[in-house]
Amino acid sequence: MARRSAPEVNAGSMADIAFLLLIFFLVTTTLEKDNGIARQLPPIDKSEIEPPKIKEKNLFIVLVNKNDQLLVNDSPMELEDLRENAIEFLDNGGALSNSIEYCDYCKGKRLITSSDNPEKAVISVQNDRLTSYKMYISVQNELVAAYNFLRNRESQRLYGWDFTDVKKEIDAGTYLGKQGDAQDKLKEIQKLFPLKLSEAQPKKN
Amino acid sequence: MSKFTKKKSNELPPVSTASLPDIVFMLLFFFMVVTVMRDTELKVEQNLPKANQIEKLKKDRSVFIFAGKPSIQYKKNFGDEGRIQIGDKFTDVSNIGLALTEARGKLNPELQSKVVVALKVDDDTNTGLVTDIKEKLRELNMVKIIYITTSGDPLEQ
Repeated sequence: MARRSAPEVNAGSMADIAFLLLIFFLVTTTLEKDNGIARQLPPIDKSEIEPPKIKEKNLFIVLVNKNDQLLVNDSPMELEDLRENAIEFLDNGGALSNSIEYCDYCKGKRLITSSDNPEKAVISVQNDRLTSYKMYISVQNELVAAYNFLRNRESQRLYGWDFTDVKKEIDAGTYLGKQGDAQDKLKEIQKLFPLKLSEAQPKKN
Repeated sequence: MSKFTKKKSNELPPVSTASLPDIVFMLLFFFMVVTVMRDTELKVEQNLPKANQIEKLKKDRSVFIFAGKPSIQYKKNFGDEGRIQIGDKFTDVSNIGLALTEARGKLNPELQSKVVVALKVDDDTNTGLVTDIKEKLRELNMVKIIYITTSGDPLEQ
């Protein structure tokens, strides 16, 4: 009669708590994703048409030797200065203001000795076979950074947002607003500063 | 007799185990979500270089090529030079085509034409090896590549 056992704990809501926690973890955990520098290789050209000659002033030649040292347009350079120099070269806009090649959005020094416009400017990277991969990626990274800097500047000027930010959002699928619209704008910016990175065959030694 | 039973009933009832399955399921789901399936065993060293101008890799349309020095347990048989690994075996530069076509066949058919080759290369490798791979990829007409890196400032290294 005088039983005083504690009543059994109601376990009915346990499942709810479990699901709550489960959903919490589902939302908060992010999978580790692989990131990297994307690149498109040039297809093999079998035609025997001579490639058009590029004027020397429109070329930014980066040589990397087997000791990971840089030679840019025949003068040695540190990796830290590469980005700035590449920006200066791309943004130069040396074509005369009355020619059709005139670059009205360039903010560079407009030297006659440097590139005519971003459309014409070509960056050529040449590695030794013994260059370390670390250095190779660093150089690529700095050059892509130079392009990204200029693209961001232009997209800020024209549309008020950063090129890289919007591209990232579209890739992640978190872009709010019209995606097609933004994609067209990205293309427009890419047209202003087209990525012209050429990689010559490394020298055999 | 009645004295005996009274004593027993005064003890605490056993803890309910009804919620145990829930907890177990929760843990199960959690680990299912967090773990990344690794279908390949790495046979080469992988210290990826740092870069900060990076884009995300779309996993559903990518095939991986690993390259680097063979890791310690394989050093005896495969030496100290940079080697290429596709799937879970070492591959020669000349065999990349076959191995990649096989890897591509495992992708979703709709995405096979949009295949991206992800290069996971150890930062101590010679660029020559990477160039050989890229030449081969151009021949195979798989021209979209991505150099997998870790995020960080390359100037610091």
